[in-house]
Amino acid sequence: MKSPNSPKEHLMVQAERAQGRVKELKESPIPVIYVGCATCGLAAGALETIAGFETVLKENGIEARIEKVGCLGHCYAEPLVIIQNPGFPPLLYQKIGAGEAGILVRSFLKDGSDPCYEYLIGSLEADENFPTLMDYPRYLYENRVVMEHCGLIDPEDIDSFLAVGGYSSLAQGLEKGGAWVLDEVMAANLRGRGGAGFPAGRKWKIARGIEKSSKLVICNGDEGDPGAYMDRTLLESNPHQVLEGLALAALAVGAERALLYIRAEYPLAVKIMERAIVEAQEKNLLGADIMGSDFSLEVSVFQGSGAFVCGEETALIESLAGNRGMPQPRPPYPAVAGLNGLPTVINNVKTLSTVPSIIRNGHQWFRSIGTEESPGTAIFSVVGEVEYPGLVEVPMGVTLEHLVVDICGGIKDGKELKAVQIGGPSGGCLPASLMDTIIDFDSLKKVGAMMGSGGLVVMNEDTCMVEVARYFTDFTQGESCGKCTFCRIGTRHLREILKSITVGEGRMEELADLEELSQAIIKGSLCSLGKTAPNPVLTTLRFFRDEYVAHIEEKRCPAKMCRPLIAFYIDLEPCARGCDACVACCPTDAIFTTSNRKKAIDQEKCVKCGECVYVCPPEYDAVRRVSPPEMIPDQGVEPLTEKNESE
Amino acid sequence: MLDQLLAALNETERAAVDEEEYNILRAVVDELLTFSRDISQLIPILQEIQGKHGYLPRLALDMVADHVQTTISKVYGIATFYNQFRFNPPGRNPIKVCLGTACHVKGGEILLENFERRLQIKEGETSDDREYSLERVACIGCCALAPAVVVGEKVEAYVTPSKVEGVITEIEVRKEMAAREQVRNEESQ
Repeated sequence: MKSPNSPKEHLMVQAERAQGRVKELKESPIPVIYVGCATCGLAAGALETIAGFETVLKENGIEARIEKVGCLGHCYAEPLVIIQNPGFPPLLYQKIGAGEAGILVRSFLKDGSDPCYEYLIGSLEADENFPTLMDYPRYLYENRVVMEHCGLIDPEDIDSFLAVGGYSSLAQGLEKGGAWVLDEVMAANLRGRGGAGFPAGRKWKIARGIEKSSKLVICNGDEGDPGAYMDRTLLESNPHQVLEGLALAALAVGAERALLYIRAEYPLAVKIMERAIVEAQEKNLLGADIMGSDFSLEVSVFQGSGAFVCGEETALIESLAGNRGMPQPRPPYPAVAGLNGLPTVINNVKTLSTVPSIIRNGHQWFRSIGTEESPGTAIFSVVGEVEYPGLVEVPMGVTLEHLVVDICGGIKDGKELKAVQIGGPSGGCLPASLMDTIIDFDSLKKVGAMMGSGGLVVMNEDTCMVEVARYFTDFTQGESCGKCTFCRIGTRHLREILKSITVGEGRMEELADLEELSQAIIKGSLCSLGKTAPNPVLTTLRFFRDEYVAHIEEKRCPAKMCRPLIAFYIDLEPCARGCDACVACCPTDAIFTTSNRKKAIDQEKCVKCGECVYVCPPEYDAVRRVSPPEMIPDQGVEPLTEKNESE
Repeated sequence: MLDQLLAALNETERAAVDEEEYNILRAVVDELLTFSRDISQLIPILQEIQGKHGYLPRLALDMVADHVQTTISKVYGIATFYNQFRFNPPGRNPIKVCLGTACHVKGGEILLENFERRLQIKEGETSDDREYSLERVACIGCCALAPAVVVGEKVEAYVTPSKVEGVITEIEVRKEMAAREQVRNEESQ
C-alpha cells in the first residue's frame, strides 16, 4: 500500500514518537542504569552485574530502570555501566561486578552523596564536577563515525536508533533516488573495509549497469580473522545502522533482495539482527514499498558455518548455493554474475555501516576525514599486550605509533614492544622500527602487511615471532579449501618447516626454502587466502631473521616461548622456605621439596605450562625461565628425604 | 523413509543405532518437512539438525541427501568442509578453548592441554559418560579478554591455567546441587 506521504514525512512520524520515548528515558525522574551487554561484556560478567543491581535496588527499595546497551569498544574496562542519576550528568563506570554494583546503589543512588570516584571513568557530558571522557586520550583521539552510537543505544529497540536520526539517510536516498546515492558513494571514494580496499561505489555501478530484473546485495559478516571482532560489535551494538546501509546499497544497485551472511560462531549477532529485521519491517523501514515509496527490499539472515575462506566473495556465494565454499575464478565478477547468475554485490559490515553517514553528511565531509586515497575512518581491534585493548576508530592516515602508544596506552607492565601483527593471517608482523608507518590501505601493503579486516595484535618481548608465523600458517593450512595445489600442499610444507624450527630441529638451508615456497604459493593460488597466506612468514623472515637463526643454530628461543626449547627452574636463593604456592598449582606434580625445604622442579615431569611463574608470590619471584634448557644452573638440589630431614 | 534406511543396514550397523539416536532420526523426519527440497537449503538443514540435537548422526545425512535429492557423498563433503558440524554427540558440558591470535599468544594452547589432562579426553572427543566434550575454536571475538574459554553458552574471560580446575569444579558443584535439589523435591512430595 502506497501512502501519499513522502518517505521523509513517513519517517518523521516514526522518529518523533521514538524521540518522545527516548526523551522520557533521558529525563527519567528515577535513575537509569545502562549495562553493556555485547558478547565481551557478557564474558566479563555483565549478567552478574545486572543481577547485583537488581538485588540491591530491591533490598533498599530504590526504583531504577536497567537498560541493556551494546559495546562501547572499551573492552579493558568491562563490565561497563553508565548511570544516569537525576541531578548528575550521565557517568561512565568501569569494571563493575555484582559487588561494585551494590556499592554504587548504596552510596550513589540511595542518598546521592557519593558518586564513587574510584570506579568512575568520567562524565559523558561536560561538567565542572567530573572529568569528562574527552580528558582521556582514548576518547580524545578517536573519531567515531561508524561506532558513534555503539554502546549508547539499545540494539534491541529500534526507537533508540530512530531517535538519533536513524533511517533518515534511507529516507533521503528514497527521495533523491538510487542514482544519487551511487554518485555520493562514488564521490566519497568509500573503499571496502573488508580488507582489499576496492571502491564500494565501483562495485555498485557495475551491478547497477546490468539489465537484470533480479539483483542481490549481501552484507559480509563472515568475520573469520582470529583477533578481529569489530564486525561482531557493529552487528550486536548497532544492527539498524547495518540494515540502513544495506538498504541504501540495494537502492543504489537496484536490488530487491538482501542477505546478511553472519558466522554461526556469533549467535548473539544473529539473534539481534533477526530481531532488528522484524522491527524494521514492522515500521515499514524494510519490506514492501519502504516508507511509502515504490522501493521494496526483502532481507534475511544466512548463517555461515565456519570456514575462513568464505570471507572471499566467490566462496561465500558458493556456500550460499549449498556447496563447499571454494573460490571461483574471476571474471565473471559477482557484481556481474554472482549467486544463481544474478548480479550480486557483497560489502563488508563496516563498509555498509559507513554508508548512512556519507549520505547524511555528504561526500565532501567524508573526504575531509582520513587521507586523499583512503578517506574515512578505520576501526581496529587492538588487542594483545597493550594497556587499553578494545575497539578503536581513528581517521585513516594516523601512524601505528599513535594508535598503539598514544591511544591504547602502550605496552603493559613496562615491557618492550616487539612487533605489531596487523591484518590477521593475511597480514604481516611489523617491528618496532616501522611504528611510524601510516595506516591506510596502500602504505601498509608497501611494508608487506595489509589492512585486512583491522585486527591488530600487539606483541611484547615474550612473543616468539617464529611461533607466530607457525601459528598463522597452521591456521591458513587448516582453512585452505584445497582447490589450488600450492595453497593446499605448499602451506602444509611451510607449516612443517616452521614446526621443525620451533622444536629445535630446523636447518639453515630451510630458510631459503621458506622464501621460495612462499613466492610459489603467492603465484599459484587463485584467491587471496592463498595469495596472502605466506605474509606472516615473509614479514617475520624479513624483520626477525635473527630469531629464526637463534632457533636453528643455538636451539634457543629468544622470547622463551617455544616449549621444547625452554625449561623452568626455581632459584633457591629467593625461594621462600615453607611456601607451597607452586606445589599446589602444578598440574603434573612436578614440584618437590628440597633438602633445605625450598622447592625444585622435576624436569622429567614438567610440562612447561608456566603456572608456577604466575603463582609464585611477587615478593619472592623465584621461578626462572631459560632457553635453551641446558642453561639451568646446577644448584645441588636434593629432594627432602627422611634421612636428610633428621640431619 | 527412515524404515527403509534402517532395513538397508546390516545386523551390526542396525544394532549400533541405539534408542537415543533412533529418536533423533524420528525427529529429523519431521524437521525435514519444514524445508523445501532445494539444494540451497542443504546448509540450513544441517544447521537445524545440529542446532536441535547437537550433532549430525550418520543416518540423518542419508535422509538429508534424499530430501534435497543429491548424493550422500556431496552431503558428507559439505558437512566435513565446514568447521561448525560435528558427527559425534557433544558432552552435556561442551568446553571450547579459543585459539585465536590473542588467546594463542596468551597461552590458549596450554589451557587446552590442561583441559585434556584434567578431563582425560583429547581435543575433539567426548568423555565416556557424555559429561564433557572438548573442542578448539578459531576465534570467538573476545580478544581483549584473552585467553577465553566457552563453557556451555557462557564465555569465561582471562582464564589462567589454574582456572581450569575452577571451571570444572564449578560444573561439578552445580551438578551436585541440582542432584540434591532433586532428592529434596522427591522427599517433600
